[in-house]
Amino acid sequence: MEYKLTFEAYNKALKKNKLLGLTCKDCGTITAPPKMVCSECAGTNLDIVELSGKGTIKTFTLNNVAAEGRECEAPYTIVLVELAEGPWIMGNLMVIDPAVVTMDLIGRPVSMGKLGPKVFPGDKYSAGDSARPLFNLES
Amino acid sequence: MRKVFVVGGAQSPFTVAQQKTQVELFSEVSMEAMAASNVKSKDIQAIFMGNVLGDFSEGQAMVQAFAADNIGCAGIPANRYEGACASASVAVRDAFIWVASGFYDIVLVGGVERAASLGTPLATRTFAMASDRSYEFPSGLTFPAVFAMLAHLYAKTYDKPLEQVKEEMATVSVQSYKHGIHNEKAQMRKEVTMEQVLSSFVVSTPLQLHDCCPFSDGAAAVILASEDVVKKLTAKPVQITGVGQASAGPLHGQKKTLPRIYSRELSVKQAYDMAGIGPKDIDVCELHDCFSIASLIAAESLGFFEYGKSGEAWIEGQADIGGKVAINPSGGLKSRGHPIGATGAAQVYEIFRQLRSEVEPQRQVPDAKIGMTDTLGGDGGTLVNIIMKRGW
Ligand SMILES: [Zn+2]
Repeated sequence: MEYKLTFEAYNKALKKNKLLGLTCKDCGTITAPPKMVCSECAGTNLDIVELSGKGTIKTFTLNNVAAEGRECEAPYTIVLVELAEGPWIMGNLMVIDPAVVTMDLIGRPVSMGKLGPKVFPGDKYSAGDSARPLFNLES
Repeated sequence: MRKVFVVGGAQSPFTVAQQKTQVELFSEVSMEAMAASNVKSKDIQAIFMGNVLGDFSEGQAMVQAFAADNIGCAGIPANRYEGACASASVAVRDAFIWVASGFYDIVLVGGVERAASLGTPLATRTFAMASDRSYEFPSGLTFPAVFAMLAHLYAKTYDKPLEQVKEEMATVSVQSYKHGIHNEKAQMRKEVTMEQVLSSFVVSTPLQLHDCCPFSDGAAAVILASEDVVKKLTAKPVQITGVGQASAGPLHGQKKTLPRIYSRELSVKQAYDMAGIGPKDIDVCELHDCFSIASLIAAESLGFFEYGKSGEAWIEGQADIGGKVAINPSGGLKSRGHPIGATGAAQVYEIFRQLRSEVEPQRQVPDAKIGMTDTLGGDGGTLVNIIMKRGW
């Protein structure tokens, strides 16, 4: 059975700041990032949909120690965002000010900014590049 | 199913980067484990080994086969298990199943790792390989960052001020150091105070250096034997009475249960059900404290304390020797060290020795009869629990 929304296709879209997911024609659940089957009912009756990129922060961290090859990125804020469509997705937050990156972030609305995603160019282990959403705090 | 017993074991010192190869580290503990179990190389029918990053740390894959040859067990089946930090526990569970099934009578199970030899940058990179490479590592996810996010989520979920959770986390680390100082094989044998924990370098908010376990080199091994042969090997065998294992997908896909790790709840239920016991029956538990917050989360899902309350339990001494359940009298991953492919075997070996009252007296759990291990791989991707009791 063919994979409906591959990493390659998802990544290509995300690099253009389009966040893709899958909608289940059986139960209506949105699955994102993509999987082989619906995250709720394990069904395979799936269509590709573009998601809003809007949601709220569920949790976060301001990370100071990066993996080898990515040291120049630190410090950076990682967030798990609950999208308006339901799924949780990982990304970065524009803000790295320790005075702002506090427990008060949890529940704050965010949206994928106009600046576009950030792209990890890849290293010798990663078989290519990979984008992640970059979120802005909504006022 | 036949009864399966641990009859002996060994652990190398867990250390910072050192020069012995993985084959050498594993061979040493294997020979010690065999000697302690009154078996010879020719008696071993199969090897089950946890090893995660040997390919990266010293350019050696398939270390299990070379180790088998090295210890005079050439020709026997030798399997490598990779379940990130839970690798050796997966090996123990599989070995248990093979012996219980009647296929083997005596097997060597263990693990080896040179995680410290990787150096912090490459170790951070390769450990992150046990997270989702497609949809989470791109955001810069590291292992401290996983548990850092769980710590914030824990505070939010149970409506606790972050400062309180941080104090609870620091209490976990202080207790682990307190026990590890007496463990001759531990990597970090020093007293660390609350103040030192809370003033240490911030790795990934809210986790500080002393909230995190170290990178370690080391090996551990145990010998498992069937009920048909165990009496010939030792008068004090320790029986494996329950095992559990479960898997989970990427962190984002665990949204319904986080900060709880649902693979743990599936795994420990299997283990409790098989052993026919519950959390109140556990005297001593070696649980996966890769980060201090991981201990709080684990102890709740294992059923020792109510959700959101384990920090108070630690502060009251309920997780210490003499409390409700003695957690990590070895010093845990925090102080004993965490050579990831070996950790599960070291936990099993610790419970084995605790039940036989053979550890250093300062950290011996008095009259411990039933113990459990809890080993987590990745961000819950692999979770194994093993319950053991005195078999004499
Ligand atoms: Zn569905």
